[in-house]
Amino acid sequence: MSDTETITASAETVTDYILAQEEKDQLRFLTCGSVDDGKSTLIGRLLFDTKLIFEDQLAALEKDSRRHGTVGEEMDLALLVDGLEAEREQGITIDVAYRFFATDKRKFIVADTPGHEQYTRNMATGASTADLAVLLVDARHGLMVQTRRHAYIASLLGIRHVVLAINKIDLVDFSQERFEEIRQEFAAFATGFDFETLEAIPMSARYGDNVTIRSEKMDWFEGPTLLEHLETVQIGIHELNQPFRFPVQWVNRPNLDFRGYSGTIAAGTVSIGDELVVAASGKTSKVQEIVTPVGNQPSAAAGEAVTITLEDEIDISRGDLLATSGSRPDVADQMAAHLIWMNDAPLFPGRSYLMKIGTKTVTATVTEIKHKINVNTFEQVAGKQIDLNEIAFCNLSLSAPVAFDPYEANRTTGSFILIDRLTNATVGAGMVWFALRRATNIHWQAMHVDKQARATNLGQRPAVLWFTGLSGSGKSTIASIVERKLHLEGRHTYTLDGDNVRHGLNRDLGFADVDRVENIRRVGEVSKLFVDAGLITLVSFISPFRAERDLAREMVGSDEFIEIFVDTPIEECKKRDPKGLYAKAEAGEIKNFTGIDSPYEAPVNPELRLSNVGRDPEEVAEEVIEYLRANNYLVPPASIADGAGI
Amino acid sequence: MDTTHTDLSSDRLSNLRRLEAESIHIIREVAAEFRNPVMLYSIGKDSSVMLHLAMKAFYPSKPPFPLMHVDTTWKFRDMIKFRDETVERLGLDLIVHSNPEGLEKGINPFDHGSSVHTHIMKTEALKQALTKYGFDAAFGGARRDEEKSRAKERVFSFRNTNHGWDPKNQRPELWNLYNGRVSKGESIRAFPLSNWTELDIWQYILTENIPMVPLYFAAPRPVVERDGMLIMVDDDRMTILPGETVEEKLVRFRTLGCYPLTGAIESDADTLPKIVREMLIARTSERSGRLIDHDDSASMEKKKREGYF
Repeated sequence: MSDTETITASAETVTDYILAQEEKDQLRFLTCGSVDDGKSTLIGRLLFDTKLIFEDQLAALEKDSRRHGTVGEEMDLALLVDGLEAEREQGITIDVAYRFFATDKRKFIVADTPGHEQYTRNMATGASTADLAVLLVDARHGLMVQTRRHAYIASLLGIRHVVLAINKIDLVDFSQERFEEIRQEFAAFATGFDFETLEAIPMSARYGDNVTIRSEKMDWFEGPTLLEHLETVQIGIHELNQPFRFPVQWVNRPNLDFRGYSGTIAAGTVSIGDELVVAASGKTSKVQEIVTPVGNQPSAAAGEAVTITLEDEIDISRGDLLATSGSRPDVADQMAAHLIWMNDAPLFPGRSYLMKIGTKTVTATVTEIKHKINVNTFEQVAGKQIDLNEIAFCNLSLSAPVAFDPYEANRTTGSFILIDRLTNATVGAGMVWFALRRATNIHWQAMHVDKQARATNLGQRPAVLWFTGLSGSGKSTIASIVERKLHLEGRHTYTLDGDNVRHGLNRDLGFADVDRVENIRRVGEVSKLFVDAGLITLVSFISPFRAERDLAREMVGSDEFIEIFVDTPIEECKKRDPKGLYAKAEAGEIKNFTGIDSPYEAPVNPELRLSNVGRDPEEVAEEVIEYLRANNYLVPPASIADGAGI
Repeated sequence: MDTTHTDLSSDRLSNLRRLEAESIHIIREVAAEFRNPVMLYSIGKDSSVMLHLAMKAFYPSKPPFPLMHVDTTWKFRDMIKFRDETVERLGLDLIVHSNPEGLEKGINPFDHGSSVHTHIMKTEALKQALTKYGFDAAFGGARRDEEKSRAKERVFSFRNTNHGWDPKNQRPELWNLYNGRVSKGESIRAFPLSNWTELDIWQYILTENIPMVPLYFAAPRPVVERDGMLIMVDDDRMTILPGETVEEKLVRFRTLGCYPLTGAIESDADTLPKIVREMLIARTSERSGRLIDHDDSASMEKKKREGYF
């Protein structure tokens, strides 16, 4: 209990102290460096020293006698750092870990992102919520390729404050010359990055020089210690000075008399009486109340989680963005953005993903990869797909218009994540560069004769019969018989066949995954047009990926899309091998052949599953006709005219 | 009006207000994105803060989800009393679940040890309850500063259909964009207090005047010394072993769990400021008061993979 006795501060003094701390600020930062730069040692040093300082400050409330420095510092520090090392040795992946320490002035949250392999992904994750980045450099080696990469990613993620920690200065004899050399080289390099503050500090994390305690061995250095700088650097008025933005998270409706909109203010300030606009609909109203459990507030600012009521009842739901009517965000369904890919399976243009942007979720596809960025050289390189840890500048197309700002102006309303629709994994992170104006200038031409009118004239219900299955499964044979049967019944049909389409519309595409995705996207769009024209459209494509079949289903509309899985085992297909392709593929003469060296993802819930081994194709085709009849696709022309069955 | 704006734009939110806003944002995201969420309520100080934040997040509505307490039946009596009073006071729905098979077999910490007891009455019971009610999201009050494996856990922590956690395959989590997509049977554990430290929790309790279980405050209580820990004799299910004597000591608890597994500390801190003062000068970390983490065979990470919170 001797520790307790040392500190005799009364409870009242402690209360005052604690209450004074209520106004304490918070700083989130990340540390970037390779294993050998001493990153773990630096974090360990900060955690260790600040704990001592904190205890000292408390003791100093009444007693001024206690001094740190009596502990075997090196040993304790090593223990802290060893905790991290031990995890690595056990093969436990720490991709991003968060560590905490505090001083009198600020509480700090450190994003610790070790590891080389996933560096881009992990650093981007840590940087996304950080106010500041500490870039470590080994004084002996100076700027490395990694230093440039770290600076680039920090800048891309919108970090405006950087500390260049020139570490291991003890190993270059605390040389001012060496420090200046590195500092100047970095400053010249970083001019393009638009950092608001850039502080270079010579230090030795191992011995604590200039980390929390001013070094006695570097009289020539007049700048702050790392901790002094972290405690005092001015951060974060940027969002406050931007126009008001409020993504609606939740509509608060406890009873009929109250209708509030709950969310976190993403930028700017709001006061009672301010005119706000619902970005997507353009409807406006004025702020009536800013509601909190401890009474209403006259105003609120960026970062606060509040509930707002408006003077008028206008249609607002989760996903809407409220903004000051004087300065509105972009509303578009096309945008250009930087994308960081975080998944083992690459991104293919044309494949659809879920995009969560603010509180809204839509589907999105990359329509064009403008270029990829080599993070080591900053060169722009061309690419057909984006692989794990790659950064690309892309055009994206969304399923519906969304409201957003450029990331540069607002990290909250300008950022999004992409989610895989099948695995639900977070696969990409994006930063909006600008809205593509095409979206606002190309409007849908409203047609007087619509789908319903055409279908009525043809006396039928349009649909897509999407046959999927391995090469040689019998898709085209069955589809051809089905079309003949429909034709005999007087139905208007058209067949899109994989091989035939590749001779014309898709002759520019090969068989790599990226081309297969685009192949199916185009066929999906064409089927949509044919359905719009009122036709029963038969599509016979291997279409190996679930994601693209789902995309086609979405384009066409679920009630007009019939997925037919021709489920023939690969052994049987190989045996049939009508075009001799399996033989060639197995001999290695054809690359990317589905079922051999390219995957086939079987449908999970197809409308129809056909098994045709040992069966007459006529009989199998009849099964399709029966399905259509049973599900009201082949209603008599008379009832179509009445609108029934549609 | 204009001057207000100028003043605001030079101000940043304080640490506590920033943490509060972040937690409220997380709680609202879960309520908005999940079909059937639940808030795990363990009665301790972190749970109390989390509940306080949930009340704020939806005001003037009530939180749109029930509370659930996984009751091992070995909690301190004061905890249960406090739990029932809190739910009554706030007008909330509470689900209490105990593992029926565990009860039938009479699983208890004295005869079966902390590891077996915790596994059956806590981890298994939690999984049972989540499955039984089909919850697709469960809030927990865990903090990243508590323990090493927590430091790397996401705010939205994905669990497979067996409620297991895969630390090597976590979803990247950027900005405040939490991915709440799950397939049938999968779920998310949501941790709104991820970025709070123990000091933040106490500061917030002090400034917001949040009610606490009396066990946190020092009082004369009957205890025995066992395995180097002071165990409170909370009811007559506890057998006093030969050589042990029940002594009345001025003690309090830094963390709350099952009474036979939770060590008391000798203390005269009977007010919040005194507790905070004591906490500020304490060198031992918070969880050292819990027997459960000392079990070598059951590290936190292993437990979490199995579905523990």
